[in-house]
Amino acid sequence: MTQSVVIQVGQCGNQIGCCFWDLALREHAAVNQKAIYDEAISSFFRNVDTRVVGDGGSISRGKICSLKARAVLIDMEEGVVNEILQGPLRDVFDSKQLITDISGSGNNWAVGHKVFGSLYQEQILEKLRKSAEHCDCLQCFFIIHSMGGGTGSGLGTFLLKVLEDEFPEVYRFVTSVYPSGEDDVITSPYNSMLAMKELNEHADCVLPIDNQSLFDIISKIDLMVNSGKLGTTIKPKSLVTSSVGAFKKRQEKPFDAMNNIVANLLLNLTSSARFEGSLNMDLNEISMNLVPFPQLHYLVSSLTPLYTLADVNIPSRRLDQMFSDAFSKDHQLIRADPKHSLYLACALMVRGNVQISDLRRNIERLKPSLRFVSWNQEGWKTSLCSVPPVGHSHSLLALANNTCVKPTFIELRERFTRLYRKRAHLHHYLQIEGMEESCFTEAMSSLSALIQEYNQLDATKSMPAEELPRLSVAV
Amino acid sequence: MSIVTVQLGQCGNQIGFEVFDALFSDSHCPQGLCSKRENEAYQASCKERFFSEEENGVPIARAVLVDMEPKVINQTLSKAAHSGRWKYGQHSCFCQKQGSGNNWAYGYSVHGPRHEDSIMNLIQKEVEKCDSLNGFFIIMSMAGGTGSGLGAFVTQNLQDQYSSPLKMNQIIWPYGTGEVIVQNYNSILTLSHLYRSSDALLVHENDAVHKICAKLMNIKQISFRDINQVLAHQLGSVFQPTYSGEGSFHYRRNPLGDLMENLVPHPEFKMLGVRNIPQMSENSLAYSTFTWAGLLKHLRQMLISNAKMEEGIDWQVRPPLSRLPTLGKMSLNKEFHFNTSIANLVILRGKDVHSAELGAFKDPALYTSWLEPVHAFSVWKTQRAFSKYEKSAALVSNSQFLVKPLDMIVGKAWNMFASKAYIHQYTKFGIEEEDFLDSFTLLEQVIASYCNLGF
Repeated sequence: MTQSVVIQVGQCGNQIGCCFWDLALREHAAVNQKAIYDEAISSFFRNVDTRVVGDGGSISRGKICSLKARAVLIDMEEGVVNEILQGPLRDVFDSKQLITDISGSGNNWAVGHKVFGSLYQEQILEKLRKSAEHCDCLQCFFIIHSMGGGTGSGLGTFLLKVLEDEFPEVYRFVTSVYPSGEDDVITSPYNSMLAMKELNEHADCVLPIDNQSLFDIISKIDLMVNSGKLGTTIKPKSLVTSSVGAFKKRQEKPFDAMNNIVANLLLNLTSSARFEGSLNMDLNEISMNLVPFPQLHYLVSSLTPLYTLADVNIPSRRLDQMFSDAFSKDHQLIRADPKHSLYLACALMVRGNVQISDLRRNIERLKPSLRFVSWNQEGWKTSLCSVPPVGHSHSLLALANNTCVKPTFIELRERFTRLYRKRAHLHHYLQIEGMEESCFTEAMSSLSALIQEYNQLDATKSMPAEELPRLSVAV
Repeated sequence: MSIVTVQLGQCGNQIGFEVFDALFSDSHCPQGLCSKRENEAYQASCKERFFSEEENGVPIARAVLVDMEPKVINQTLSKAAHSGRWKYGQHSCFCQKQGSGNNWAYGYSVHGPRHEDSIMNLIQKEVEKCDSLNGFFIIMSMAGGTGSGLGAFVTQNLQDQYSSPLKMNQIIWPYGTGEVIVQNYNSILTLSHLYRSSDALLVHENDAVHKICAKLMNIKQISFRDINQVLAHQLGSVFQPTYSGEGSFHYRRNPLGDLMENLVPHPEFKMLGVRNIPQMSENSLAYSTFTWAGLLKHLRQMLISNAKMEEGIDWQVRPPLSRLPTLGKMSLNKEFHFNTSIANLVILRGKDVHSAELGAFKDPALYTSWLEPVHAFSVWKTQRAFSKYEKSAALVSNSQFLVKPLDMIVGKAWNMFASKAYIHQYTKFGIEEEDFLDSFTLLEQVIASYCNLGF
């Protein structure tokens, strides 16, 4: 069994991270009733004897003593991390695994990347090495950050290069929150563009998320909850947005509902690696199957169902509905419509009481309405994990490598261009040592090249599949 | 003589468990429809082949379990131990922490060499427990990374290290519509390597077994467990003891050798398919009776029309009237009805088995011209019934059964290869484009050879 380390950077990254750890504890408490420290839990948590001073306290098996998250918390302001450390989750984090500063990055990628990057490089390396040492077999780093700010965006992406150099064999999965249209940070297009170049070059896999989509999902749920339709009581724990029954009682904060969705995404992504099932899918299989070419590693994700109605019997019609919803644009975690774009590859990670025949039936049913690239007509990767998420009897996470991610990038380029044309706010960046205009133009070319790749693929959408001549052999 | 089973990867281990369970259940089944002495001889033979004895009487499967991550092996070991009837050896498994990531190259080039010594030692230990070793049975899937890549590596090693015991690879073909996106790449790499180092490839297709579960067994929500149990039933009906030439109480001592001798006359033709009849749920079994004539008629038609099960058989297909070559080049796009065989083996078990008449299987029109039917067809009859079926018939066939599926996999892999998609994942671990091309060449050759059997 392998371990993963979560690196949460910046305000957004740490807030999402906090929700993640809370829900992870809830999930493991529900599955692991006897409180034995098993391999599943060790993928994200260490078991520590808190009476032992220093580093010697790790316990590898037996009863759970005190769980410590395999996490590194980084923020250049103290507010968010301090709140976490004073809150109910304080015991879950190892106080030695934090890096904070006071002044913040001022929503400036260059400050995060160049200034704090070089200032904290050694410390970061040290904390990362420590985390790695605590792992038997480290498989994956999960980086959580936002693109629009300064710390998450700048320092978060600086980290990627460090991880690539220091731990080349460990996968780098990045969950990036992209700024939405009404973002109030003026320089977010610059920050996002500069961060994109780093993601292009140093991430193995990126899961883009945008706040607007999360918000729309919440509105949909609220509508459902408050509609008062007869017979539609929802099981509270099942809401993909809620932390009911969460391990530590937190005060509900405004972004919590949205952050819980992302936290659930990460839990479902890793479920088949942690828990048993009849068709397992490890994290290294995600990259192998969903990244046909190294640059095209952006995966659009969707989680269904968003809630479970308090019915006792769930007819298979509802099960099939779960599959249909996974492809609808309302359930995607970024604004994208995969059904009307081109699929390069698609993964369906199912949890709970679902068997291979249900999976096959739904793939057969949905296939005709989806367009796959000519060389991957049956590009499906599937997995079945027996353990459902808390509050559900089954759930589905769909990951799509699909050209529908292109509009997000095009919009980002447009917003960037509008600012850059006027050289607005540029001096804040250029005055930082190591920053030049070429950083901006290079980032722009990197993004344009990526968009061009997607364009070329889209162009093949309407062409009929070629019958390629096969090798002919003499008999 | 004993058979050592090597179970590789998630698929191999999940199936392996069901196979041993089926073998054990059948050999201890009270409804053998034969005398007590006969039953005991059968049991003893089954035990010698597949199980070794432990002090407190619980038989241990003659198996080595290999996987690159621990979850499945842990489950398999505990399932067996819980049953209380048989189990796996405590030290018969080899496990690592991180899987092969569905990457054939990783399984073959990284895990293989890294763990070569440990795995081969484990197999050697199991071999030493046998009084005499008949051969190896290697269970693996083609679609993933461990079963396929590491499986190919281990089979090669077995060829180098053990010269006389035979190797039969039990390969699972994935569903046509993806379980793994790179399954076609993994499949062609596996098949081309196994073709060089294995003695026979016994193939089961997930799609076919799935249909059997749906149509014949009437299972509503089919799980992998259901599929694996049907598979185990088919394998059991082939590999449980059968009478040798001496008849009653004397069971064949060289099952793998006899099978290969009958079915693999030429190294270019190694792909074997299995058909089993009847197959039905236990509930229906109680209400059904069969005659040998009926069963064999269906089985023969399944053979010549390439049907995967006894429902939906195309009765229009007939053997060709003459052996004159048809005009024009043989191509797979043409409607391809008649299944020409190189060699067939029918295994009959149950009541009145000696009265079964198999002349129809000896018709020369069924076979390719270069073997006389007397050499191309064999039948093994055993009175002891199998797994509560009063009469059951299995067909192991070296014929054109697998040409179409093979052609499809090669076609899809070629299509993907032309775009170079995913190739970087393989070159990262030392499998180059040339290796792919070699595999394509070998398999196109195999397809062409099988296609030309009709002439």
